[in-house]
Amino acid sequence: MTWRIDCDVHNAVPDISALFAYLPTRWSDYCVEHGVDSLAPNYYPPNMAFTAKPEARTGEAEPGSDAAVVGKQVLDEGEIDIAILNCLYAIQPIHNEDWAVAMARAVNDWQAAHWLEVDNRFRASIVVPTQSPERAAEEIHRAAENRGFVQVLLLAFSEMPLGRRCYWPIFQAAAENGLPVGVHPGIAGANPLLPTGWPSYCIEDYAAASGAMQSQLVSLVCEGAFQKYATLKVVMLESGVSWLPSLMWRLDKNWKGLRREIPWVNEPPSTVIRDHVRFTVAPFDGPERADEVLRLVDQMGSTELLLYASDYPHWHHRDAETSLLRHLSSEERAKVTGGNAAELYRLDADQVVR
Amino acid sequence: MASPVTAASSPVPESTGVGLIDCDVHNVVPSDAALRPYLPAKWRSYAELVGSRTYSPYVKGYRYPKVSPAGGSRVDAWPSSGQLPGSDLDFMREQLLDQYGVDRAILNCLYRAAEQRNEEYGAALARAVNEWQIENWLERDSRLRASVTVAFETPDLAATEIERAAQHPGFVQVLLFPRTKEPLGRRRYWPLFEAAARCGLPVGIHFASTTVTPITSGGWPSYYIEDHTVMSMAFQAQLTSLIMEGVFDRFPDLKLVLIEGGFAWVPPLMWRLDDLYHRMRDEVPHLRRLPSEYVRDQVKITTQPMEEPENPRHLLDLIEQVGRQTLMFSTDYPHWDFDNPRRAFQVKLPKDLSELIMRENARSFYRL
Repeated sequence: MTWRIDCDVHNAVPDISALFAYLPTRWSDYCVEHGVDSLAPNYYPPNMAFTAKPEARTGEAEPGSDAAVVGKQVLDEGEIDIAILNCLYAIQPIHNEDWAVAMARAVNDWQAAHWLEVDNRFRASIVVPTQSPERAAEEIHRAAENRGFVQVLLLAFSEMPLGRRCYWPIFQAAAENGLPVGVHPGIAGANPLLPTGWPSYCIEDYAAASGAMQSQLVSLVCEGAFQKYATLKVVMLESGVSWLPSLMWRLDKNWKGLRREIPWVNEPPSTVIRDHVRFTVAPFDGPERADEVLRLVDQMGSTELLLYASDYPHWHHRDAETSLLRHLSSEERAKVTGGNAAELYRLDADQVVR
Repeated sequence: MASPVTAASSPVPESTGVGLIDCDVHNVVPSDAALRPYLPAKWRSYAELVGSRTYSPYVKGYRYPKVSPAGGSRVDAWPSSGQLPGSDLDFMREQLLDQYGVDRAILNCLYRAAEQRNEEYGAALARAVNEWQIENWLERDSRLRASVTVAFETPDLAATEIERAAQHPGFVQVLLFPRTKEPLGRRRYWPLFEAAARCGLPVGIHFASTTVTPITSGGWPSYYIEDHTVMSMAFQAQLTSLIMEGVFDRFPDLKLVLIEGGFAWVPPLMWRLDDLYHRMRDEVPHLRRLPSEYVRDQVKITTQPMEEPENPRHLLDLIEQVGRQTLMFSTDYPHWDFDNPRRAFQVKLPKDLSELIMRENARSFYRL
């Protein structure tokens, strides 16, 4: 059968009180006593167009917070068999490690109860407290017992580059559970969003996300994470993808000149990337012209690197269909819209209920 | 970096009698003592009492040691005098200017005046560097032009120095580094751009592994190969900031040169910014044009380190996408990843394109 898998859908926590049932009293009291109303991330101002598609603004709840609405709009109307939820509720920038650990567990338990149990077409990513990689690994082992969790979610604006050895317990736990690690734009650390400090505008933040994703990819490759964990797969979520050839050329060239610095990287970085990394196509920030799109795909090396995504509820100028899929052969379309993701996330045909 | 794959036949025009223009050559201050004669007494005393204080934890040396003169230079670029690579004009003539028929070279002195935490000392050092450049370089070889060193984190003092240095015809550019404290489009830097535009000098941004802000938004990477690779993100951040803050609208005569930051990222960034602009333009209503249009008209880019697509023919496509009048050749002498003008391109350029990139774009841009 032909699969249709949406690899980047954002489920929103409607209110922090929705998590209280999954928090120890010590931490639900803490939230109440300290007036913590919300840990929603600030990078999507509610009234800006890109924050939510018009149909996702139901006027009742925050876009993406109602499983029934998301099921109807993404799965039913979008004719999607499986949607992978990446919850961006911002527990990663919390300074207090113990609080962050409790919040991550609560978010995952809330996802299990309010999404995975409600509609068996949903899958979810495990939110982890990167403040403590060891405790993040414990959370991966705990949450992964629910097979609805198919990925570990990390954020790109991290405290330190994600390839660094201190984060390896996370990759080890992911590899032991056969889970890919998704990297998504989002603030986890306290570094400026740019190598030049803080920009003024949302449009700059969004543009900067591709730089953050590229830097993380460079770190993961150069630190040797893929040599250490040979089965590890990384998914770059909402990263854009048109930058990939230029980055591979630059990194391959530098590897030829500087590889003595990272001797464990024993094949060209572009080979490592193609073997271990996948990219969602919302946004597909490529050229308009068909010949240029096809050349870009040729330069990436294969449509096997690409995973369909809607990035619901976020609203892009062009969707994957208009910007990319219409230029591909039906065979390639089938890979991008489902086949690649089915293989990556090991989804079986009998799991599909449509 | 020397490439292990095929070298195309020379793209350097040989029959015109006019040599190439090299848009990125590094003249190096051999020691702090060399600047002493150009510092006022007050700052000579300060230099002895305190000396350099930057964001680096070391008295000397670097967290990525590859960026030191020993680690970052061609091994054959040390003059017989034992002085630092790039510090000896006679040896530079022999190894670069004469050997490759360089008709004009733009000197970008990377002395770190702008990193000084004492801002006024930094400004005094910048002025001293410029005086040193005039006496030891510009007035000793008519092929040389230079960039004005400025303490760019103190834009009012930088503007003063731009106005002063611009009176010497050898200065053709103002030099910044890509790793500023804030994105360059922000208001605090506008006095600098205003002065450059008023003096008719382009602003160049040159690769530099400086220490003030982490090179990634995920913090400091472990290795120089990462620092070097992701430096292109800093260039992209600066270009994005200058566009989105409306600097090109506000200073329509301002020209920008991106030096040693690569250029394969330019088409993807333009696609991305134009795409985002369609959805988010209400946030930046001051922009008068599509983001990519500013780049076509107000930005030039130097070629080193040359892009090396897996399929060499894609280099020609890339050049057309970036704009054949945008690229200007550079060697980055005397650094380790020097691009040999006879071997840098992995595919043969058509003659007219070669002439543009190797000479004409820079000649008309810098009015050489």
